[in-house]
Amino acid sequence: MTGTSAPSGGPVAGADPSAGAAGGGRAAGADWRPTAGLDVLRLRARLAARARAFFAARGVLEVETPLLAAAATPEPHLASLVVAGEPPRYLQTSPEFHMKRLLAAGIGPIYQLGRAFRGGEAGRRHNPEFTLLEWYRPGLDHHRLMDEVEELLRALLPERIGPAPAPRTAYGELFRRQLGVDPHRATAAELDRAIAAEGLSGPTFAPDDRDGRLQLLMALAVEPRLPGGLVFVHEFPASQASLARVQRTEEGAVAERFEAFVDRVELANGFHELGDADEQRRRFAADLAGRRAAGLPEPPLDERLLAALEAGLPDCAGVALGFDRLVMLAAGAETIDEVLAFPAERA
Amino acid sequence: MPSYSTNELRSGLKVMIDGEPCNIVDTEFVKPGKGQAFVRVKYRVLTTGRVNERTLKSGEGLEAADVHETDMQYLYDDGSSWHFMEPSSYEQYEASAEAVGDAAQWLREQDVCTVTLYNNVPLSVTPPKFVTLEITQTDPGVRGDTSSGGTKPATLETGAVVKVPLFIQQGEVIKVDTRIGEYVSRAKD
Repeated sequence: MTGTSAPSGGPVAGADPSAGAAGGGRAAGADWRPTAGLDVLRLRARLAARARAFFAARGVLEVETPLLAAAATPEPHLASLVVAGEPPRYLQTSPEFHMKRLLAAGIGPIYQLGRAFRGGEAGRRHNPEFTLLEWYRPGLDHHRLMDEVEELLRALLPERIGPAPAPRTAYGELFRRQLGVDPHRATAAELDRAIAAEGLSGPTFAPDDRDGRLQLLMALAVEPRLPGGLVFVHEFPASQASLARVQRTEEGAVAERFEAFVDRVELANGFHELGDADEQRRRFAADLAGRRAAGLPEPPLDERLLAALEAGLPDCAGVALGFDRLVMLAAGAETIDEVLAFPAERA
Repeated sequence: MPSYSTNELRSGLKVMIDGEPCNIVDTEFVKPGKGQAFVRVKYRVLTTGRVNERTLKSGEGLEAADVHETDMQYLYDDGSSWHFMEPSSYEQYEASAEAVGDAAQWLREQDVCTVTLYNNVPLSVTPPKFVTLEITQTDPGVRGDTSSGGTKPATLETGAVVKVPLFIQQGEVIKVDTRIGEYVSRAKD
């Protein structure tokens, strides 16, 4: 799993460090200061402590895995930052691959609260360097893992999430209800009509790029209409399975994948994890082909992950939660910069 | 013209959208954790003032608009168009009444104002924030009423009408804030 909700941060007001540099000095003005209030940084520390206590009470082990690795995700929409050297190393876009190797080694339930890096992601809810809370539960499927995400969020955001069970809606049902289209079967032309009806025309998609169109509709038409509080969306299109298992249903093939939204903010992404090494290798190859077609760099594949899957990943579900966004929700912050000591522009 | 990639888009940038020069008002980066990134661009169409939104895929670009602002001296109007001169090159530009718009009521010959050029043709004219103009007509104020905060209309030499305090007399020169069209003070000599 990997995190969906990569958080990140926004443009910030303040002096441009590149401007007005005289005599080698920098006209930094007040931009040495943290962008988060000190009270928010204290809240952030309390939330991290509460998350750790939540997992400790459930016997989930905290682990640490490398940020720098020889391989990187081939997923075309994730840009791994490269650290120069011989050989170069890749800053991890999520701890998923290393954590799955621990699972295959038989470690049992694990979690990690750590940094992840995604190049080019900067905005109101994105910073290229951010914090993920990622955990894996052997023996659970994605529905049981949603239960645990709900329990964690109720413990961490009690003022945002009431005692009533959070609604869980299938992706297909959500699209049919809100936009009148079936995302699993609609043609690109039908999706284009839905995009036009929502006033979202503008981006140019390849003729067969259904997923790009669906992602546009999801992010800018469906999500803004979600109810407040915690909402789960699950059973994504098989073409957006990423590292989740795919299951045949009466709707056709769907991915055993979910996302959690709180007050319409994408907060977490979870999978019933794919354990089939051959299928994983095929998906990696398809991602690499997508990168080649788009003229993107092709990083080395993680052969050690594939070897671990071949050795046997226990049946498990995993989820990654954007911790900075969790702090934003707890603090009532509008931008990620309000919860980061030093966002990218001031780092 | 060069073009800007989505990660270069910033508010204040002038770009072409649907064949019209536009000023970017705001941008928002939108990206699902798994999937394509998009940029929502809010922009003002410079020819109409309309504000609109456009969504781009991350990596797509917008062509830069050949729009720039420059200070020019207002020379005269010939009844149908307005003539300006760029003081360093002495080059003259002709602006339509539409481009001059509301700025007309504040412009006095020789005054320097800001002209926005699109493909080297004036698109809009912004008067100085403050202008000092003579009052050509106003009724005498009622003596002894100066503390009431009352105002009266006064016509200025350019034809603009502003509200002035009752103690201001015809023939006086006053300072006006053109952004809100209000009297500021008597001009200091």
